[in-house]
Amino acid sequence: MTGGRKRFEALLTVGYYSGRVVTGIGLLMLVPLAVALLYGEWNVAVDFLIGFAAALIVGYGLVHLCYAAPRRLTWLQGMVAASLSWLVAMVVAALPYWLSGHWSSYLDAMFDVMSGFTTTGLVLVQDLDHLANGVNMWRHLLTYVGGQGMVVLALTFLIREASGAYAIYVGEGKDERLLPNVRHTAQAIWFVSIAYLVVGTLLQAGAGLAIGMPADRSFFHGLWVFMAAWSTGGFAPQSSNLYYYHSLLYELVGVLVFICGSFNFALHWAVWTGNRKEIRRNIEVVSFFVTSTLLFTLVAAGMAKAGLYHTPLLMLRKGWYHLISAHTTTGFMTVFSRQFLEDWPPLPLTALIVAMLIGGSASSTAGGYKGLRVGIIAKAVAEEVRRIVAPSSAVIVTKYHHIRDIVLEDRHVRSAALIVILYTLTWLFGTLMAVQFGYPFGEAAFEAASATGNVGLSAGLVSPSMPDLLKAVYIGIMWAGRLEFMSVFALLGFLVWEVRGR
Amino acid sequence: MRNAWFVLPVAVAVWVAATASPAVALSSAELIGEARRHDGREVVYRGEVVGDVMRRGRWAVINLHDGSNALGVWLPARLAGEIELTGRYGVTGDTVEVRGSFHRACPVHGGDLDLHAESLTVVERGKRERLPFRRRRAALAGGLCLVALGLALWERQRKVAECDGGLS
Repeated sequence: MTGGRKRFEALLTVGYYSGRVVTGIGLLMLVPLAVALLYGEWNVAVDFLIGFAAALIVGYGLVHLCYAAPRRLTWLQGMVAASLSWLVAMVVAALPYWLSGHWSSYLDAMFDVMSGFTTTGLVLVQDLDHLANGVNMWRHLLTYVGGQGMVVLALTFLIREASGAYAIYVGEGKDERLLPNVRHTAQAIWFVSIAYLVVGTLLQAGAGLAIGMPADRSFFHGLWVFMAAWSTGGFAPQSSNLYYYHSLLYELVGVLVFICGSFNFALHWAVWTGNRKEIRRNIEVVSFFVTSTLLFTLVAAGMAKAGLYHTPLLMLRKGWYHLISAHTTTGFMTVFSRQFLEDWPPLPLTALIVAMLIGGSASSTAGGYKGLRVGIIAKAVAEEVRRIVAPSSAVIVTKYHHIRDIVLEDRHVRSAALIVILYTLTWLFGTLMAVQFGYPFGEAAFEAASATGNVGLSAGLVSPSMPDLLKAVYIGIMWAGRLEFMSVFALLGFLVWEVRGR
Repeated sequence: MRNAWFVLPVAVAVWVAATASPAVALSSAELIGEARRHDGREVVYRGEVVGDVMRRGRWAVINLHDGSNALGVWLPARLAGEIELTGRYGVTGDTVEVRGSFHRACPVHGGDLDLHAESLTVVERGKRERLPFRRRRAALAGGLCLVALGLALWERQRKVAECDGGLS
């Protein structure tokens, strides 16, 4: 086969699978369409019908154009299909947003879609308190699907024939194979997530009733807040985010859900299948416990010095809550953005930035470096110290526990360090870009950490009035951070290969 | 002039009363931006009631949006009874003015920045908006759906043909 023919076939394969994923996004629009009809939001229903049809036209259009493609995916094609699907899906899913008139431009609508898909939670929506129920359903559904992975969704329901589907699955930033077959793994992820959805929605809706919300709004707010919490997304149906509810009970249910959501699907699966000891032994749980305790110490020290939130309960509801919200990369807030800058001392803010960068667990809905990598690097540092202290003839073996005992090897450390370095460089790039536009360094660093770690806490920089280029940069950062860089690099490499032929 | 001694305390009382209650309505941006300065003081704040009136026993909590932010306001449930409409899709909520104490980090309500209102005045009643049905968009949606349906059916046909080809 000639090089040109090979390149063309590779392009067709990528297009075919991207088309399948986009078709899935179109079918998803039937859910907000139903909610709009339920509430008699006729114009909103029409907008979703347009979005649904447009997504199907783009999706089926790609499938037809690329129908002759070989269906077997190589590693590179799988990763490229994953990253490209996210971009095409962003453009398509933004259509109902834009038609609603609550976003000032199509770029703003795409920003919020990418923020939802990547479970970031930064928003450019305007007048959120008057947003239709159908559009709110779409916002939260996007973040729920994005958290589990839209490719995971497509693998579960739409892509039956994919041999080599593991590549497209890994391309979406997940690498745990819960079951031998990747399609069964995708189904297991959805099984766990939907089971939590039912229980979590009931709990959150119950809390809504208890705090004085009417029944239908309790249910929908419960569903949406659950979706955002489980996906560590951070969206909320009202402009003041979780502050709107003014309730300890509501916050407590949310915290439980987003801590669970930030744990590895493999850990959930292990516990579901009876291996409860895994909770205590797993390196990511240990890592999360250690880093959150250390960082909370910094938050508490800074707050105590400033005399802010001076009782233990206030410290927990504001200091601990926002730290855990940052660490799990959820981004729920019960303070106003400006309060971070005006009221919070520098030490707690620094702790929040570090927590946002560390993030939750690998193969979860969370972003950031991930606890697994932080744990591996910590183990590697400890091993080096032991090597220095021990006699030169000593053989030092370090193990870590993640579902099973694993001997720490150089390749683990190299891979973990590489991702941590890439995240850090991306955060620095995001910070510099905002500084270059005239924003103060602290604000820029905070917001860039929030975008890089897919968190969603905001100090007020992200707003519809920010420069378009900065919006585009943040879209790129959120996308690269969620896909953990590799499939983004694969896409860039693929494009170069397609254009230059090598 | 026998009762002149009485004038001085009355004048002081009037001056204290006049300076202790700032009747100027503050914006949410001022309250959040200068929270330290206003902490514990009586303030006046005006905004649209958005979302829900959440009744909790003898109290209720509402969120008042002044165009920039929605601040939480705790008030006696009987005062909340004055509110008829709350802002949501297709509905502009009542605009109300509340007077009460401002808290930068309320010790009673989990450290929230909030107001405890003692009085509430409805400044402007809210209204339900009439949203005309967009017929052109509906027609466009119908047309696009037909195209999408055609593509979906074509895909099914190709799949069936592929399967038949594989079997023969």
